[in-house]
Amino acid sequence: MISDRIVGIDLGTTNSLVAFMQEESPVVIPGDDGSNLVPSVVALDERDQIIVGNAARKYLIETPERAVYSVKRLMGRGVEDIQEELKLFPFRLAEDLQAGEVLRIKLGQKTFTPPEISAFILRQLKRNAERFFGAPVTKAVITVPAYFNDAQRQATKDAGRIAGLEVLRLVNEPTAASLAYGLDKKQNGIVAVYDLGGGTFDISILKLHDGIFEVIATNGDTHLGGDDIDNLLIRIALDDIRGDMGLDLSRNGEMVATIRKAVIEAKIALSAQPATRFAIALPQGNRYQREITREQFEQLIQPIVDRTVGPCKQALKDAKLKPEQIDEVVLVGGSTRIPKVRALVEELFQRKPHTDLNPDEVVALGAAVQANILGGGSEATENMLLLDVTPLSLGIEVAGGVTDKIILRNSTIPASATQYYTTQIDGQANVAIHVLQGERELARDCRSLARFDLKGIPPMPAGMPRVEVRFLIDANGILHVSAREQRSGKEAEIEVQPSYGLTDDQVEGMILDSFDYAEEDFRRRQVIEARNEAETILAALEKGKKSPAWGQLTGDEKKQIAKLEKALNQVKTEDDYAAIRKAIDTLNQGTMRLAELMMDSAVSTALKGKTMDEADLGEGPAAGHPVAKADFQ
Amino acid sequence: MAIPESKSSSSLIMPGEATSTCWSCGTMRAVHFCSACGKVQPPVPVDYFTFFNLPRKLNLDPAILEQEFYELSRKLHPDVYARAGKQEQEWSMEQSSLLNDAYRTLKDPIKRTQYLLRLEGVELEEQSKNATEKARATGEVKKQVVPPDLLEEVFELNLQLEELRGQKKMGEDDPALIEEIGRQKLELEEKYEALLNELKSYWNQWDKAVDTGTEEDRRQVRDKMLDLLNRRNYIRNLVRDVNEALED
Repeated sequence: MISDRIVGIDLGTTNSLVAFMQEESPVVIPGDDGSNLVPSVVALDERDQIIVGNAARKYLIETPERAVYSVKRLMGRGVEDIQEELKLFPFRLAEDLQAGEVLRIKLGQKTFTPPEISAFILRQLKRNAERFFGAPVTKAVITVPAYFNDAQRQATKDAGRIAGLEVLRLVNEPTAASLAYGLDKKQNGIVAVYDLGGGTFDISILKLHDGIFEVIATNGDTHLGGDDIDNLLIRIALDDIRGDMGLDLSRNGEMVATIRKAVIEAKIALSAQPATRFAIALPQGNRYQREITREQFEQLIQPIVDRTVGPCKQALKDAKLKPEQIDEVVLVGGSTRIPKVRALVEELFQRKPHTDLNPDEVVALGAAVQANILGGGSEATENMLLLDVTPLSLGIEVAGGVTDKIILRNSTIPASATQYYTTQIDGQANVAIHVLQGERELARDCRSLARFDLKGIPPMPAGMPRVEVRFLIDANGILHVSAREQRSGKEAEIEVQPSYGLTDDQVEGMILDSFDYAEEDFRRRQVIEARNEAETILAALEKGKKSPAWGQLTGDEKKQIAKLEKALNQVKTEDDYAAIRKAIDTLNQGTMRLAELMMDSAVSTALKGKTMDEADLGEGPAAGHPVAKADFQ
Repeated sequence: MAIPESKSSSSLIMPGEATSTCWSCGTMRAVHFCSACGKVQPPVPVDYFTFFNLPRKLNLDPAILEQEFYELSRKLHPDVYARAGKQEQEWSMEQSSLLNDAYRTLKDPIKRTQYLLRLEGVELEEQSKNATEKARATGEVKKQVVPPDLLEEVFELNLQLEELRGQKKMGEDDPALIEEIGRQKLELEEKYEALLNELKSYWNQWDKAVDTGTEEDRRQVRDKMLDLLNRRNYIRNLVRDVNEALED
């Protein structure tokens, strides 16, 4: 069923894509500008309308206070752990932000949480897919960096819900990429996926066995990517300008955005050529010019690129493998186009990496493969099954502020652990549990996921109650907790305070608006598109009436066409999509002979020595009506 | 702050229950899915050996276990139930988490042995774990019983570590001492590895005792394995201490 079509979405730091399985292979769905990539940029225009993607990019330079990029870096994070980001990125936080509250970003005078901003991007992708299918899209598989923690995953899932998408699965990006590669290779062996994107780095090691994709180990850094290279180059340019001209532009948002654009272009150019130059027009007629060679560039970025080595070595160690035991290495993410990065991977794994699939698209293609598997599969995906792992250990805080790990990193998910708790005071009714994620020994060095309060424990002497708490990490890498008091058999009530993230009610409130809006959007857009199509066919008919072919029709035929024309003119002003559609189709049928006659006369004109172009074929009603672009804000 | 009552209970220790009938088609079913219609079944509390339909023995072919893991994954994984009803999805999540937990435990030689000992009612690490937590809470130095065969070595090594820490405090550096400690560390690591082979000989004894031995035979092998695991832990902690002293 078409309405059940599940799309695969790569919600990237820099670019986002939507893909689906067409017949037996995954394809990317382009936007209405024809581009496969939707830049992950969101802006608020002067009329407070949300603009997404390429159209939003100009706002980055013209009105930086109304635009935001790389919002993925803020997903699932608190204000205290983004201090580094704030130094490097022009994020404008709401002034009234309270400690412990979900971040809110200012766009113009409005504020939005990172999941809402991501939802705007998702909604754009959803629309692109709907335009492509001509039907609503409500289900998706969304990819996340493998090293995303629980809060970051939850935030991504929330974004999906806010955008009106049921997120059937969160898939790790490198794992998705391996699915796309595995689809046509169908081989067994050990594969390493090195994924360096705009803002995140992942390394995953998988074992492929007769269609089973078993992740053995994963590691990474959720704050390492092409963004860091850009920021380094921007800082150098700003320092240069200050040194040479005494101009401090670091607080000039517009200039920083201009420099950012120039350094990104230079970075890309240096992947293909040995040197490039960039020139930036500065205030007061000044000009900043600089030539940079690939060699200099490689020296500059060495420390950034080297940060990927540690995670790779750790992943190999966790997988209990030596580099020479890896059969294939796959490169994913735009930053792997940099020759220096490729050289490093080749050295690390002692083999030439695969680059046959477009590193920008491979994750979305893999997400489409997983979407197809969840939808029941097809011939191409038969027998394919993904077994992923949790990237970080799950622990609980015990006496002395120590983390007691209960599910270790690289455990295949779903994974679970059961713990038993008791009381310390007679009649104690509540027990507090602090859940952590991370590898460090002390609780304060790990990521706080949530605090749970077990409530309503029946009154008993201290130490008597036996509360069974079950921790389960689902196939999305998200934690679920349930509890039961064993002596009384009562389900214990759990009150969850997520350390970071939106509550269910908050998400619910955000959805309702945008969901209604999205549904209404879709109907409105359908009507507008059908109306445009009606205009096209009516205009073609007017043209046909003036052609010699019109005279060849019988009176009855003309009468019939006039009737259908009137019918279409009538329904096209109404909001009934199906009625307009039907009227278009019947008029199309009714004018078939007219179109044929027009075609014949055009051909005979051509035979008289005129070219087809000169013959003015006109757009006969049957000439197939291209779907007119909707005039839609 | 809540205190976990016991770590040992982090697994479902219950005797295997008799399988009943499939909720969907009524046929007699396996533990996890129906052998007739293939549908996932509500989880019943069984131990990991029963889950894989294995006897409680310690010798086990990892390749066969892996094959079985893959096959059960194809039947139980939530991806397979993405279009099923809520109830089936929940069972599939429960069942495949059990499958993954069981596989993770059984495929690792040490975890497998520890798990079996717990199933047999042996209290593992319990004392040392509680002692560790208590020591952490009170700041006391934890006392540990040194395995007799290591007594001499450990005494010597501790003296040297003491000396090394002293020197480091004074900013001195004695390459000969560091080399000597490094050599001992290597020996400990070799011993650590060798213990695995010793453990495997106990597996054979255990498996034989399960088939033909008396309760007393089994008790003796259990004690030997417990003793070996404790020694192994002791050496591991020692190596960690040495590494810390060398790094500081």
